[in-house]
Amino acid sequence: MQEQLFSPKDPQVLKAEKLQIASRRKKDSSLKLLFIAATSIGILALILLLATILVDGLSSLTPDLFKNYPSRRAASSGLKSALVGTIYMVLIMVPISFLIGVGAAIFMQEYAKKGWITKIIQLNISTLAGVPSIVYGILGLTIFVRGLQLDRSLLSGALTMSLLVLPVIIVSAQEAIKAVPNTRRDASLALGATKWQTVQRAVLPSALPGILTGVILAVSRAIGETAPLVMIGALTYVAFLPDNVLDQFTVMPIQIYNWISKPQTEFHDLAAAGIIVLLVMLLVLNMIAVILRNRFQKNL
Amino acid sequence: MKQPLSNHPFNNRKLRIAEYTMPVLLFLCAFISVLTTIGIVYTLFSESISFFKEISMSEFFTGTKWAPLIAPTSFGVLPLLMGTFLVTIIAMLIALPIGLASAIYLSEYASARVKKVVKPVLEVLAGVPTIVYGYFALSFISPILQTLIPGAGLFSALSAGIAVGVMIIPMISSLSEDAMRAVPKSLRYGAYALGATRLEVALQVVLPAALSGVISSFVLAFSRAIGETMIVTIAAGATPQMTGNPLNSIQTMTSYIVQVSLGDTPHGSLAYGSIFAVGLTLFVITFFLNILASAIAKRFREAY
Repeated sequence: MQEQLFSPKDPQVLKAEKLQIASRRKKDSSLKLLFIAATSIGILALILLLATILVDGLSSLTPDLFKNYPSRRAASSGLKSALVGTIYMVLIMVPISFLIGVGAAIFMQEYAKKGWITKIIQLNISTLAGVPSIVYGILGLTIFVRGLQLDRSLLSGALTMSLLVLPVIIVSAQEAIKAVPNTRRDASLALGATKWQTVQRAVLPSALPGILTGVILAVSRAIGETAPLVMIGALTYVAFLPDNVLDQFTVMPIQIYNWISKPQTEFHDLAAAGIIVLLVMLLVLNMIAVILRNRFQKNL
Repeated sequence: MKQPLSNHPFNNRKLRIAEYTMPVLLFLCAFISVLTTIGIVYTLFSESISFFKEISMSEFFTGTKWAPLIAPTSFGVLPLLMGTFLVTIIAMLIALPIGLASAIYLSEYASARVKKVVKPVLEVLAGVPTIVYGYFALSFISPILQTLIPGAGLFSALSAGIAVGVMIIPMISSLSEDAMRAVPKSLRYGAYALGATRLEVALQVVLPAALSGVISSFVLAFSRAIGETMIVTIAAGATPQMTGNPLNSIQTMTSYIVQVSLGDTPHGSLAYGSIFAVGLTLFVITFFLNILASAIAKRFREAY
């Protein structure tokens, strides 16, 4: 006699199982809605934020905003000195942080032997990335403003910012160098090139787009940072353009903060207009980063 | 046969010098990052030590009144700590559920097309400067709170906390999603084959497997919220007080440091020294949280 493989189920049990499956499916679909709702909150927040800023700021976004210096009266206030200050600060910061950051990354990826020193440096870089930006401000105030007597100058600000963005540049440069295939290094060494020649001519050119992406990320971080520059004393009424690196200066986010902290609403609208300018700068930088990233991925 | 060195095409003086000097220069670059840490620790400790000569540690860490600028001065850091944690807890209450739910949606439910739109949007949210969130808190969140809750002031821990929460949502969602995506597909397929629904796979298979990464993202976000400065400076007020009421104006450690550096506090005064003591407290807290986050991520990672 053939043995029955599947015994027919009691209809009552069958019904209970069907119900259970239905309720599990229902739970699945209802929680899916909840997850979608949660994700939309993030997107909604961004939309609300942009809408608030556009509504408040568009009316103050005039050519005068770029031509005028800050002033006691909202109508004749502008962000000329802040915009120029931000650009100058970035121009000083980028070469410093680029050279040190990429140098450190090359050392870590190409030269350093695996050992405790390397481990400590790596741990140190990730620790630095997590230090609150205001602590860098305290460092800059003590070392650059007071210690080296650079005062509340453009140079103090740029040096403080260079230290702040250093971990960003090192980590992204390390990733970019790591992504260069070893075949390139081997080919270069096999042709008789020295270690440094290999790094300089075989590794760096193909890591460059990735490194530049990191530099752009660092610049976008730097032009939005406010706290460390407030600490080193960039928040001053600056109605002139700095002509040398030891002049006092102000930057965009600090000018915006200055306007936000005034009680009159006209100044708040100016702040919103300044934020629009700042966000447009960030958007452009991010677009460049995306283009570079795509080119980088194609090249590899 | 080996070529004599003098005829070697790559053998010239400049090259040999570069070969010796570059590693040293590159090492110095890497060492600057170590020097930065040493600089931070040295600055904070040396200035704090002279502050603690005037104000005892026990007064600083157990005092409940913070009045550094008005006589009679009092340096009890607890009100600042309490203000900081009040804002941070509000921020976490918002960012934790939303960030985690977004991560689950993006990693387990969303189609590739949806992801392609949503992830860049969250990235943009992460890249918005904190000063912009501060403006948003003051000119959008605070007025809404004022109409919803009678008695709420323009400056409140709640308004700043909500803005900080929005700011750290992308951090939690992207780090948690990375952790969940790293869970091997085979685990999911196994569960599906047993008849599990998507939700059951997400909550009972993927989430437990990714738990270390998810919790580490919470800790990192917590640390980030504690160190956040501009939002709280703009929207939380400048009233150091021991309060658990989120509608009150408070002061955090970071916004106190900003307040002092904006004023004309003379170098060498007690109030000036206090920013280093507060800065050191802030640095130590965030430092240990960051170490904790990476320890959790490493130690409890399930290896597949």
